[in-house]
Amino acid sequence: MDYIWQIMPSLLSGVKMTLSIFLLTLIGSIPLGIIVGLGRSSRFKPLRDILGIYVWIMRGTPLLLQLIVVFYGLPVVGIVFQRYNAALFAFILNYTAYFAEIFRGGLQSIDRGQYESARVLRLSYGQTIRKIVLPQVTKIVLPSIGNEVINLVKDSSLVYVIGLGDLLRAGNVATARDVTLVPLALVAIIYLLLTAVLTFAQRRIENHFSYFK
Amino acid sequence: MLELKNVSKQFNHRQILNKMNLTVNDGDAIAIVGPSGAGKTTLLRCISGLEKIDSGEITMDGEPFDPYTNRDNDRVIGVVFQDFQLFPNLSVMENITLAPTLVLKQSAAEANQAARQLLDQLALSGKEDIYPYQLSGGQKQRVALARALAMNPKILCYDEPTSALDPDLRHEVEKIILKLKKAGMTQLVVTHDLEFAEHIADKIKHVEAL
Repeated sequence: MDYIWQIMPSLLSGVKMTLSIFLLTLIGSIPLGIIVGLGRSSRFKPLRDILGIYVWIMRGTPLLLQLIVVFYGLPVVGIVFQRYNAALFAFILNYTAYFAEIFRGGLQSIDRGQYESARVLRLSYGQTIRKIVLPQVTKIVLPSIGNEVINLVKDSSLVYVIGLGDLLRAGNVATARDVTLVPLALVAIIYLLLTAVLTFAQRRIENHFSYFK
Repeated sequence: MLELKNVSKQFNHRQILNKMNLTVNDGDAIAIVGPSGAGKTTLLRCISGLEKIDSGEITMDGEPFDPYTNRDNDRVIGVVFQDFQLFPNLSVMENITLAPTLVLKQSAAEANQAARQLLDQLALSGKEDIYPYQLSGGQKQRVALARALAMNPKILCYDEPTSALDPDLRHEVEKIILKLKKAGMTQLVVTHDLEFAEHIADKIKHVEAL
């Protein structure tokens, strides 16, 4: 027990890193995902194609590799990021692609008739998207978004590769130093707790949207 | 008065409308009848601005009028779609008041009051706060009608208003159309149901498949 209290502070500071990467990535990539998703379903083919290539690259290469490229590779062409900013940049870029695909799917499931009835009512494109399309899309994509959000909590452990100290790394360090698996067991429990909170939040949000069908 | 002269429209090299002429006088109820694939719905979509015509001329009260680009709030062409296309995420009230508040810039109170009046006339009182999935087919149609009427349209178009309804509801639709006609509304009804067309229309326009 004493040992647990001994290593807790270092684990908690790892949690802080994990959560900050997690939250800022969400804040960045969800709005960007909506925009890219709209672009992916645009009528303008060149835009669709360019965004298609972006999504292909982001989903087609490991996130771990993307982190390495952003932190170690981009300085070669003169773009230098701090470790933490490099991690955020790579995560937002990567998760935007996944969210964009989810939103694209949601957007395509909206009946064309909805746009047409908005059009004959003289709503502008922006009004149609805001008032009619996005609320419906949100309801449709929530389960898939929830899935990605939970993935993100665990993916954030990849930041160790560019030398950032997250929760898993804190556990690893303690395990190597003290030759015990207890820290890793604690790490697992903390991840599970975080995921439980997110699952609960997801259910609350889905319930909120159950007022229409 | 709405006039179409020599209006043509094709999709993928298939001619749907060929030099179509149509005159719609104010207060008229006109039925557009014909077999499936004859271009009835296309004609309606051209008039309501959902499709751009390839050639021909449309005028309203003698002035050139392009429904496809028209944004003039005094010349709204309302549409009641075959499958209604209510907004599922909005309540009945919000479905009706959304466009009047956003587009016509009515105050919420003004729009709500007008909507309540329409709901009352269409026997939908008490349904203000429920959502489209909770309505029956006939009720959905009347909400769609109220939503179109709330924009004070010059002309109201219906696409196959009887096809998604139980046969005994057909009579209800007839009554509503006739009531609106009495109130002076100009109406254009696409239908393949000739008997229904004869009950409601002053004039029947036949379109044939090309």
